[in-house]
Amino acid sequence: MSNSPLTPGVVPGRLPAASYRANFADKEPALDRHEAHVAADRCYFCHDAPCITACPTSIDIPLFIRQIATGTPEAAARTIFAQNILGGMCARVCPTEQLCEEACVREAAEGKPVEIGRLQRFATDSLMAQGVHPFARSAPTGKRVAVVGAGPAGLSAAHRLALHGHEVTLYDARPKAGGLNEYGIAAYKSPDGFAQAEVNWLLSIGGIRVETGRALGHDLTLDDLRASFDAVFLGIGLAGVNALRAEGEDRSHVQDAVDFIATLRQCEDKASLPIGRDVVVIGGGMTAVDAAVQSKLLGAETVTIVYRRGQDQMSASGHEQSHATSRGVRIITGAAPLRVLGNGAVTGVEFAYTADGPDGLRLTPETFVLKADQVFKAIGQTLRGAPAALRLDGGKIAVTGAGRTTLPGVWAGGDCAAGGNDLTVTAVAEGRDAAEDIHAALMDAP
Amino acid sequence: MADLRSDFIGIKSPNPFWLASAPPTDKEYNVRRAFEAGWGGVVWKTLGSAGPPIVNVNGPRYGAVWGADRRLLGLNNIELITDRPLEVNLREIKAVKRDWPDRAMIISLMVPCDEESWKDILTRIEDTGADGVELNFGCPHGMAERGMGSAVGQVPEYIEMVTRWVKQYSRMPCIVKLTPNVTSILPPAMAAHRGGADAVSLINTVKSITNVDLDAFSPFPMIDGKGSHGGYCGPAVKPIALNMVAEIARNPETRALPISGIGGVTTWRDAAEFLALGAGNVQVCTAAMTYGFKIVQEMISGLSQYLDEKDMALSDLIGRAVPNFVEWQDLNLNYVTKARIDPDACIGCGRCYAACEDTSHQAIAMKPGRVFEVIDAECVACNLCVNVCPVEGCITMEELPLGALDPRTGRKVTGYGNWTEHPNNPAAVKAAE
Ligand SMILES: Cc1cc2nc3c(=O)[nH]c(=O)nc-3n(C[C@H](O)[C@H](O)[C@H](O)COP(=O)(O)OP(=O)(O)OC[C@H]3O[C@@H](n4cnc5c(N)ncnc54)[C@H](O)[C@@H]3O)c2cc1C
Ligand SMILES: Cc1cc2nc3c(=O)[nH]c(=O)nc-3n(C[C@H](O)[C@H](O)[C@H](O)COP(=O)(O)O)c2cc1C
Ligand code: SF4
Ligand code: SF4
Ligand code: SF4
Repeated sequence: MSNSPLTPGVVPGRLPAASYRANFADKEPALDRHEAHVAADRCYFCHDAPCITACPTSIDIPLFIRQIATGTPEAAARTIFAQNILGGMCARVCPTEQLCEEACVREAAEGKPVEIGRLQRFATDSLMAQGVHPFARSAPTGKRVAVVGAGPAGLSAAHRLALHGHEVTLYDARPKAGGLNEYGIAAYKSPDGFAQAEVNWLLSIGGIRVETGRALGHDLTLDDLRASFDAVFLGIGLAGVNALRAEGEDRSHVQDAVDFIATLRQCEDKASLPIGRDVVVIGGGMTAVDAAVQSKLLGAETVTIVYRRGQDQMSASGHEQSHATSRGVRIITGAAPLRVLGNGAVTGVEFAYTADGPDGLRLTPETFVLKADQVFKAIGQTLRGAPAALRLDGGKIAVTGAGRTTLPGVWAGGDCAAGGNDLTVTAVAEGRDAAEDIHAALMDAP
Repeated sequence: MADLRSDFIGIKSPNPFWLASAPPTDKEYNVRRAFEAGWGGVVWKTLGSAGPPIVNVNGPRYGAVWGADRRLLGLNNIELITDRPLEVNLREIKAVKRDWPDRAMIISLMVPCDEESWKDILTRIEDTGADGVELNFGCPHGMAERGMGSAVGQVPEYIEMVTRWVKQYSRMPCIVKLTPNVTSILPPAMAAHRGGADAVSLINTVKSITNVDLDAFSPFPMIDGKGSHGGYCGPAVKPIALNMVAEIARNPETRALPISGIGGVTTWRDAAEFLALGAGNVQVCTAAMTYGFKIVQEMISGLSQYLDEKDMALSDLIGRAVPNFVEWQDLNLNYVTKARIDPDACIGCGRCYAACEDTSHQAIAMKPGRVFEVIDAECVACNLCVNVCPVEGCITMEELPLGALDPRTGRKVTGYGNWTEHPNNPAAVKAAE
């Protein structure tokens, strides 16, 4: 194909083949043994370490780092997996600069925290490379639990329940398990099929039956599940997306960013993916950044993120924003879309600058137009398909304690549940804690 | 630039940094390059008797202990004395000394413990032009089993006897190199003194096993599944060496004996510490083996900057700390300090807390927001927190002024008072009666 970044329209193959390989390779390469020892040696083994507090799954970070430093990364991995069975994925996708590494005392001291995320990856990779599963199941309890949604929350819950000896059936609407690990996370954070490899490794504990292509609300009902299982855990994420509510939203090449990313993640040959020459991404979160950066990596000439509020209110971290700008993405803040221009296919987007006032955000009369042949909407995901019997709270499933919903015998966790911060690691923590609560409830029951 | 020219027992060198007798000084090629790099002198790798040279193992001869980032902290070796023919060594020594007349050239010797052997070797080295000899009574492995090296160094009578022979059959200044593998360094030093030694040098290596191969179940370095103890050197042995040097420097019987300080000298600062505790110069082995000859340039620039800053001559530094090296019973028990944590420097790691709470005196309070504070009423001023704190200068020891109340003991700080006069000392009470 003789397309280039300058070819007009939405076309595939804008880059030479080697560029795709390089662009979608590991964003942060793994530490080798020596590098890991050097990095591990920087840890002070803090008392009541602040990094542990900052980790949503409370991994004993000083302990696992010391285990690496003493040449036992496998033991380090066990320390990690005991708290967070998706420690491998979390090591790759956690915004550590806002979590453990932000809290690390060496961040305060010298602006250079211990590289906890990369060390975690070193440890978990070491054990997973051996293909062994670190835990064995307890004796069967005879209890059966349905887990709906095989994303981080559901996988974590299913694993913990299986560990305690319960029989788990894990349902997911999609053809593959993994949730956003498989369909959402940026390709360069989890290359080489890691998401599926991790799912398979996790399932090797046994006692978890996976049924994909089974959607709650279509071929499954909550009533049936409650009737045939001793408990139900919902980890169905946020399957819906917000609408732009701007004129012309229905023109072709105006697409949800999450769909674009899911297609990209499932596509083996990135050169075959069509991408616009001028791409506009509307939104200010992780999804917007990932869609924009990956557009650029596919060969778009210009990519612009437009966010309606100020930069400090973007939910994408400073680290992610600078990752985007370092890749050549332009970020415009304080502007909202008025209409999508074009005749059939999109040709541009007209924006108005915004101003923050006492009654919230309002549009100013000042407008501008960005040229665009492709537009991605990344203005937030919403809960879809939650059973009507459950009470909601701010658009998500209302929960108390460790994920108890308003229906007895039904728990929820991860993105679909109220509270939390829509991160993989938080979903893992909530799934795990709900599983412990379910276990306690089932073992208490007569 | 301070004047670093050194005169050690009449042997002159442009600086007090010599290479110790070891692989760096094993041959002409090395020694020429060492002199080009700036070393003030060398003690040539130990020579043995004429005849077939000794042999070394043909597998690994070193073991090591590492710190962060694989920084070498300690090295262990099972190498023996030179394995090159005596004539070759003598020819090379002569050639190098001829071309580098301003550098110190010392020949290290180790031959069997009989008068004939010593007389013979001393005659053979006569016309090399070397400035002195060093008697290797230190090597703890291999040679000791054959009645040489530390086998001599551990028996003061032998030291004295051999030293006497050397002084009898040679005009050269004689340095006796001591082994640290003894319970007290003083009897060997006194024996060397009695035998007429011009100086002692110390320490040679410390008997050691650096590690065990946990798959092969053998000490390391491992030769075909077996290991033998080696000699330990490098930064790890410096504290042992400093103490031994200082013991000799302050003892009334040995204080007149010049000392060449050896053991873990790695930077100018280490060298300065040896000099302050009484060494007249220093010798270096492991640091050169780790980083190459060039380190001497840092040693030269560092020591001369230090001397300039202190406005001291090299000779002023030598022995400067010796009078302050006293016995425990002479320490002032009425000197009271308290740990102080600088809240601005503190990064909140809590190591001081863990250390004091778990293993010391429960004298640090952990307050909300990870604020750490010393409880004066509990602090015994042990200094442990200072040593475990990762931030240099964050915890300091503050001296309580005379007359201030120590909240731990409820007593006021008074003037000097040591154990010899302390009421709890039965001996002191008796003396007072
Ligand atoms: C583009 C993008 C990038 C992201 N990048 C990061 C990142 O770098 N780091 C980070 O920490 N977080 C990131 N996140 C957030 C993170 O992916 C989520 O917080 C996390 O996946 C939530 O896990 P979950 O299990 O709750 O939901 P999901 O991962 O969404 O999994 C939910 C699962 O439920 C299934 N499901 C949904 N509805 C039904 C139904 N009715 N019946 C049956 N199954 C159903 C879905 O198919 C899916 O498999 C990103 C999110 C997006 C969208
Ligand atoms: C490999 C090796 C060989 C040594 N060989 C000798 C030797 O032949 N004669 C000797 O007197 N000392 C020998 N030594 C001891 C050194 O001269 C020196 O006393 C000791 O290493 C301590 O100094 P350092 O800490 O600077 O290395 C040897 C040391 C090493 C590491
Ligand atoms: S805060 Fe940093 S230094 Fe302290 S234990 Fe955690 S990773 Fe180590
Ligand atoms: S000096 Fe010793 S007793 Fe005092 S606070 Fe520090 S560790 Fe505790
Ligand atoms: S060890 Fe030092 S840095 Fe750490 S909490 Fe104590 S005083 Fe602060």
